[in-house]
Amino acid sequence: MAEVLVVVEHSGGAVKKVTMEMLTLARTLGEPAAVVLGGPGSAAPLTDRLGEYGAAKVYAAESDDLIGYLVGPKATVLAELVRSVSPAAVLIGSTQEGKEIAGRLAVKLDNGLLTDVADLAADGTATQVVFAGSTIVKSKVTRGLPLVTVRPNSVTPSPAPATPAVAPVEVNLTDADKLVRVVDRVAEQKGSRPELTEASIVVSGGRGVGSAENFKLVEELADLLGAAVGASRAATDSGFYPHQFQVGQTGKTVSPQLYVALGISGAIQHRAGMQTSKTIVAVNKDAEAPIFELADFGVVGDLFKVIPQAAEEIRKRS
Amino acid sequence: MNIVVLVKQVPDSGAERALRPDDQTVDRSAANNVINEMDEYAIEEALKLQEAHGGEVTVLTMGPEQATESIRKALQMGPDKAVHVVDEALHGSCAVATSKVLAAAVRTLNPDLVLAGAESTDGRVQVMPHMIAERLGIAALTGARKLTVDGGTLTVERQTEEGYEVVAAATPAIVSVWDTINEPRYPSLKGIMAAKKKPVQTLSVADLGISADEVGVAGATSTVVESAKRPPRQAGTKVTDSGDGGAQLVEFLAAERFV
Repeated sequence: MAEVLVVVEHSGGAVKKVTMEMLTLARTLGEPAAVVLGGPGSAAPLTDRLGEYGAAKVYAAESDDLIGYLVGPKATVLAELVRSVSPAAVLIGSTQEGKEIAGRLAVKLDNGLLTDVADLAADGTATQVVFAGSTIVKSKVTRGLPLVTVRPNSVTPSPAPATPAVAPVEVNLTDADKLVRVVDRVAEQKGSRPELTEASIVVSGGRGVGSAENFKLVEELADLLGAAVGASRAATDSGFYPHQFQVGQTGKTVSPQLYVALGISGAIQHRAGMQTSKTIVAVNKDAEAPIFELADFGVVGDLFKVIPQAAEEIRKRS
Repeated sequence: MNIVVLVKQVPDSGAERALRPDDQTVDRSAANNVINEMDEYAIEEALKLQEAHGGEVTVLTMGPEQATESIRKALQMGPDKAVHVVDEALHGSCAVATSKVLAAAVRTLNPDLVLAGAESTDGRVQVMPHMIAERLGIAALTGARKLTVDGGTLTVERQTEEGYEVVAAATPAIVSVWDTINEPRYPSLKGIMAAKKKPVQTLSVADLGISADEVGVAGATSTVVESAKRPPRQAGTKVTDSGDGGAQLVEFLAAERFV
């Protein structure tokens, strides 16, 4: 069976959830082979987990250059690997860096590229949701192999234990790959909350939250639900919450099992980032707010009364 | 420092958008077309750099005839001139082909710096700066929330999932920006008047040494097989809080097994 390359998203020695989703998806097209691109020693702690989700092989490309420079080295190593193993498809996480690697790969191989893919059929036909969640598109790469970036949280990961063989990959780079030096990496992630795009539950606050101070209320509910915290553009533009947590047209697209919108009116720019959530719940004092058109359950009311009561109720039940 | 800003005309993301039923390309005729919002931040950043370091700012657009309106709007903010790559053959171009055209056009302008929005609101693909950089063999510093220029060295604070990275490279380079980088200016009356006289050069694909079958629907590396409107979400239960709204909310979450 032909190999399907899955580029592993990992952080701090752990495999990110989207990787398990991609390994699951890869099995419909062939035999999953995980590709670890990272610093020295980065593949070993990931191997067991990758095997658990069906990776028959783990290609390990390890070099300080892969993390010391932006994107270029990863794309070059991956292109070389694709040329040598001729996989049935290449799956990459639809994250900022994932898309960038995929873009460079597409040019290097003169190959078509599909991004933000939600599903992939055995014949390589990809499903994408576009235009703020309003349109479903089926598309295909018509030149080269199916090269797709997979949107986090689109597939339910299912285990399929395998014992992966680890194959070291040579890292051959030129100066042209090392044009952008990474000077520093600064973590700003708050506490132990799940990552926004990967979370099963997202609790977001909007203009109605009123202040940075009041966002504690949003965080409190999020923590009770084991959720990530998001914010509307109105909230981030007003400085209530940091920009990297913005959900919407100019921020992150999320697709959790549950999306809780607090004090968010639901402008199309926001809906673009959360419309494909499985269940949507909203609290807003304006009964006419468009968010209620999407909500499976909506409460018209003062969120400063509704949320503390809800938090109390959840505590009682747990 | 000579700067090229990539500007794309897109259907207004605040309005209904659609694919054309005949060839499944973005319908640009029915929609209200505007400058891609993120590109306004790229224009602003270019103008700020011009104010500090001198040089010329050129707007570069690939798009149909009607994109002229967006080019004029862009020029109203202050750039000196524009290049419009316009050709029937370009209709329906994929990202790979688009990057080929834009890279060729950038090459004719030979700038120190190319600025772009981090993504367009229609495709949201986010790959163009890296694709162009790959073709030109120049550095790509993408997703900038802050850009510093010191002689020939560029330093960017790049937004990431976990926080941010500080990345640095030498010019020539391409930098893409998010809306956190600045606050775009509104065109002044003087700017609006001046824009009418600013030169807009048009180029065909042949002018760029590219053959028509490498671009457009014919040269596309991917294709849309079919598309359908997603069924609109149905509004569910809406209750007005009369003292037990929070409890009712949790009741719903419990029934759905979230708590």
